[in-house]
Amino acid sequence: MNNNDSINKVIKVENLTKKFGSFVAVDNISFEVGKGEIFGFLGANGAGKTTAMRMLCGLSKASSGKAKVAGFDIYKQTEEIKKRIGYMSQKFSLYEDLTVYENIRLYGGIYGIKEKDIKPRAYDLLENLNFLDKKDALVKSLPLGWKQKLAFSVAVFHKPKLVFLDEPTGGVDPKTRRQFWEQIYEAASRGITIFVTTHYMDEAEYCDRLSIMVDGKIEALDSPQNLKKQFNVNSMEDVFHTLASKAKRGD
Amino acid sequence: MEIVNTYNLVKKYGETYALDGLNLSINKGELFGLIGADGAGKTTVFRILTSLILPDSGDAKILNLDIKEDYKEIRKNIGYMPGKFSLYLDLSVYENLKFFASVFGISIEENMDIIYPIYKHLEKFKDRKAGKLSGGMKQKLALSCALIHKPKILFLDEPTTGVDPVSRKEFWEMLKMLKSQGITIIVSTPYMDEANMCDRIALMRKGKLMSINSPKNIIKDFDEVLYEIKSDNMYQLLNDIREFKKTKRAYTFGVSHHLILEKDSKDEILEYLKTRNHKNIFINRVEPNIEDCYLQIESLYE
Repeated sequence: MNNNDSINKVIKVENLTKKFGSFVAVDNISFEVGKGEIFGFLGANGAGKTTAMRMLCGLSKASSGKAKVAGFDIYKQTEEIKKRIGYMSQKFSLYEDLTVYENIRLYGGIYGIKEKDIKPRAYDLLENLNFLDKKDALVKSLPLGWKQKLAFSVAVFHKPKLVFLDEPTGGVDPKTRRQFWEQIYEAASRGITIFVTTHYMDEAEYCDRLSIMVDGKIEALDSPQNLKKQFNVNSMEDVFHTLASKAKRGD
Repeated sequence: MEIVNTYNLVKKYGETYALDGLNLSINKGELFGLIGADGAGKTTVFRILTSLILPDSGDAKILNLDIKEDYKEIRKNIGYMPGKFSLYLDLSVYENLKFFASVFGISIEENMDIIYPIYKHLEKFKDRKAGKLSGGMKQKLALSCALIHKPKILFLDEPTTGVDPVSRKEFWEMLKMLKSQGITIIVSTPYMDEANMCDRIALMRKGKLMSINSPKNIIKDFDEVLYEIKSDNMYQLLNDIREFKKTKRAYTFGVSHHLILEKDSKDEILEYLKTRNHKNIFINRVEPNIEDCYLQIESLYE
């Protein structure tokens, strides 16, 4: 982040709240994310991360508060937001029964990329990934590491300003996780903003800044280094345990 | 005493070997970990040992019972928590337990003492549908259901995947408690800190065993000099150290990168990094942990 100019803020959230009946899933959270930043969004299961993310993606309406994503209002301009963001989760990203190329084409089409542009861009992407020979392979036949690489590439195929990654490395072995994070690093170095959730505390260290949610509230927000200083501990693991074990919400 | 033995287990799916001649012995009362990437064959081992599928060739014995001949007897003595939740989401917490107990012809009350330390966290939700539970609670219920018939061996296929660090810690406390009651536990996990908590682990790759030992001994077998390295630009640093001609391997490791160099080239890499304009370079020799060992073994097969 170079300066605090609001143009460089890809996400701006002020007092955002979401209630389900009397249950406050997200409780008055405020934060900003800068262009090209890797922002870690941490919290225990049930802390409200997914609910917050859904509001930012324009999939769920906030109960109160303000937020802008890529410069657009989350209440009135959800379609504009959706065009400018990418999204990837561990559970659902690619169609297993389609080929590698068909998946790219499908996503390109959904994001409104013209047919004649999809083909050259898809070939560029496949070449960069060293995937050209797998172009016609069914996605379900690929090893997990490849699927993950492809899922990420598809999520940024329409050149979004920012990409939401919801536990992208859940259940993934140490080697494949590392390859994935290098892809994240590389995308961030090209100016794509990364908004990522993870339960791996070594991955928390790779973030420029991160927030930790407890019972719907953001209880801490800073760089990994400053958070460790603030809580006077040596690892993010300890920071997380200090905060998350205070949670009262029945997980 | 050995309680699980496999002899040259082979299982093929199409042209792919899920298991490629697996020999494994697990001792009574052990907390045993199966570690490996997606496709290593961990789930196939679980399915064969729990008598859900048959191997193409090879044999296995559990509690001295043959997996092909004596599968009915085996099933009475084992508990299995598959990777995807095994619960009936439309049944309540209590109904799920009752169902699993009735399958084994027992009542919940008979064996409540076994599951109570886990079930007590669920008791106040006993009428809630399993589908309405949070991830951590579902996991506790699945574990209770796998234990309700007092099995001698418990098979857990990635029980903590997608679970936050605090709940994972709780879950492993429960496993230690079950182990102290004499239950043999066989568990697979992608988390290396959990691998560290096992008595012994098997590192698997493409259906084969790469290494089997206690975490301590696996770490002892790490035969390279390992450095941690940092600078002000960590991504650039990773790219630069990989380009250095005497770098054998380099990978991210949380707050630092881990680096394995050819002999006596530490000073040289520091000089080299200065030419790449790195500031605040810090390099220090460190002891490996189990994750370094996993990555070392994986790198041998690249």
